[in-house]
Amino acid sequence: MSIISSVAPRSGRTTELILLLGAVGIVGLAYVNLGLATSGTLPPGLVAVGVGYLAVSLAFHVVLRWKAKYADPLILPIVTLLNGLGLVMIHRVDIARGREIADGVALRQLMWSALAVAIATAVLFALRDHRLLRRYTWIAGVAGFALLLLPLMPIIGNSEYGSRIWIRLGPLSFQPGEVAKLLLAAFFAGYLVQTRDALSLAGRRILGLTLPRARDLGPILIAWLASLSVLVFERDLGSSLLFFGLFVAMLYVATERVSWIAIGMGLFVAGAYLAYLTFGHVQTRVLLWLHTFSPEALQTSDQLAKGLMGMAAGGMIGTGIGRGRPDLTYLAESDFIVPSFGEELGMIGLFAILALYALLVERGLRTSLGTRDGFGKLLAAGLSFSMALQCFVVVGGVTRVIPLTGLTMPFMSAGGSSLLANWTLVAILLRISDHARRPVPDAQETSAVGAAHTQVVRLP
Amino acid sequence: MMSELTLTVLRLGLLVVLWGFVFAVVGVLRGDLYGTRVNRRSSNTPARGTPALPAGGARRGRTGRPPKQPRTARKNPTRLVVTAGPLAGTTLPLRPAGTLIGRSPECALVLDDDYASGRHCRVFEGENGTWMVEDLRSTNGTYLGATRLTEPREVAAGSVLRIGQTMLELQR
Repeated sequence: MSIISSVAPRSGRTTELILLLGAVGIVGLAYVNLGLATSGTLPPGLVAVGVGYLAVSLAFHVVLRWKAKYADPLILPIVTLLNGLGLVMIHRVDIARGREIADGVALRQLMWSALAVAIATAVLFALRDHRLLRRYTWIAGVAGFALLLLPLMPIIGNSEYGSRIWIRLGPLSFQPGEVAKLLLAAFFAGYLVQTRDALSLAGRRILGLTLPRARDLGPILIAWLASLSVLVFERDLGSSLLFFGLFVAMLYVATERVSWIAIGMGLFVAGAYLAYLTFGHVQTRVLLWLHTFSPEALQTSDQLAKGLMGMAAGGMIGTGIGRGRPDLTYLAESDFIVPSFGEELGMIGLFAILALYALLVERGLRTSLGTRDGFGKLLAAGLSFSMALQCFVVVGGVTRVIPLTGLTMPFMSAGGSSLLANWTLVAILLRISDHARRPVPDAQETSAVGAAHTQVVRLP
Repeated sequence: MMSELTLTVLRLGLLVVLWGFVFAVVGVLRGDLYGTRVNRRSSNTPARGTPALPAGGARRGRTGRPPKQPRTARKNPTRLVVTAGPLAGTTLPLRPAGTLIGRSPECALVLDDDYASGRHCRVFEGENGTWMVEDLRSTNGTYLGATRLTEPREVAAGSVLRIGQTMLELQR
């Protein structure tokens, strides 16, 4: 027997501040460890870098206190820690490659991080209610698909490492798929919140599954074709899986129908198998996945094998930061940053990092449960699911659970577009969670209209 | 040699603080059911409020304390205390929007009483800041003192309501 009574809602900002200081402290400890392990002295500019990182994260914290008082207190510390650990590891690979700090990847990543935090702050300022995004449902959809297919354009599209997922404008190169992820999540949320009744109610029941009507299959078929075209023309299994998985998951969240997942997975497996039979580059990926250590595979690429060997060398507790050889693996600072951590922090450290990602996704899904409007629920669920799926694709790729593809680990991998997109994603999640946790104003305090049967939605 | 030891301590310490951070986050997560507080009670817990008193101005003893709300003086109750019945010991704050009492889960006070109706009665703030209690056409009736309610009646701190086997008292 228990009784549940309400207490005054807590904003949790002080908890956030304490955890934030802890996160910056851990990043500092890792940086000190790196300096002592590689050169035997404290790293140069420790105070400057540490104070700078602390200042940026505290600035974000202050903006949250000001603009989103009831936002979830755990998201910011987790993201700060992941971003900082990523910076330390990128710097570590820089040192191993003999790059100076001034022209290293780490400095660029640090500047991108600061820019990403600035943009996330701007999003918190500009977007005072996430429901405003619903107005731009179709614009977001068109822009999202356009960005997704932009790398196929003849002049700006750019093919690197076998995947055509970059665009290049002069000296700047950008991976538009990361931003497309946000736009498509907003589009799917707006679209599904309108159409979910038709998608969830109509249909026949066959073998325990309620199958949708044939004419309701249109959207999922379009999403399937789009993701297949990404797979075939951009040669990128990761983005393709990410977008189709995002759509199917949001469809499931919106309709509660398991049959959508069955249909979606069936379509994806069939499409991927067809692509495997037809296209050579898909066959290479599968060969690298299934027979990583065979001579033919090693001739093509030994990246995956080296990553696995690195993690094996790390063992349980790792070699310690600065004492492994993660730089032997190609792209150890971006796509293969997870094996780099596995080598230097060991399985124990890598699992802590994965636990942090799991907690981050949990906070997103909790936000989705807590928020009161359908659009916000779908958007929060979609954004956090996309992050979870991205982590699965990356970690699954480097550990040979699925074929390796070129996605970035959110917040950790070197790459400006990924940082910008993921910090913006976090800003939107924080905005939704502020809405979800903000106490409901008492009906009588607002106005007499509030007592009537209609619900009054007051936009700030 | 010394530096090798320092390094080992640092690198193991890093793993420890990393997991410490994870557990700190999980510790915060335990308070995830924000907005609610769950009180577990055994049936023989004594009432935390004072024992039931007959209706009337029994709570005048605290006049030494300055009144918190000057406008509504001393008589105004702020909380509802269950003094007898299966839920004895429960308190809940009164809300101006109204506090619904009954067995239905939608009620603010969900009674575990076989003689209570789903939506039994309601305590709400009437005009000019007084508190009213209204019977919502319950089967077994709501009693204010010894009289069964037929229409909304004004209540004050110290009023005792009876619903089935449950006694409720309004307190300041």
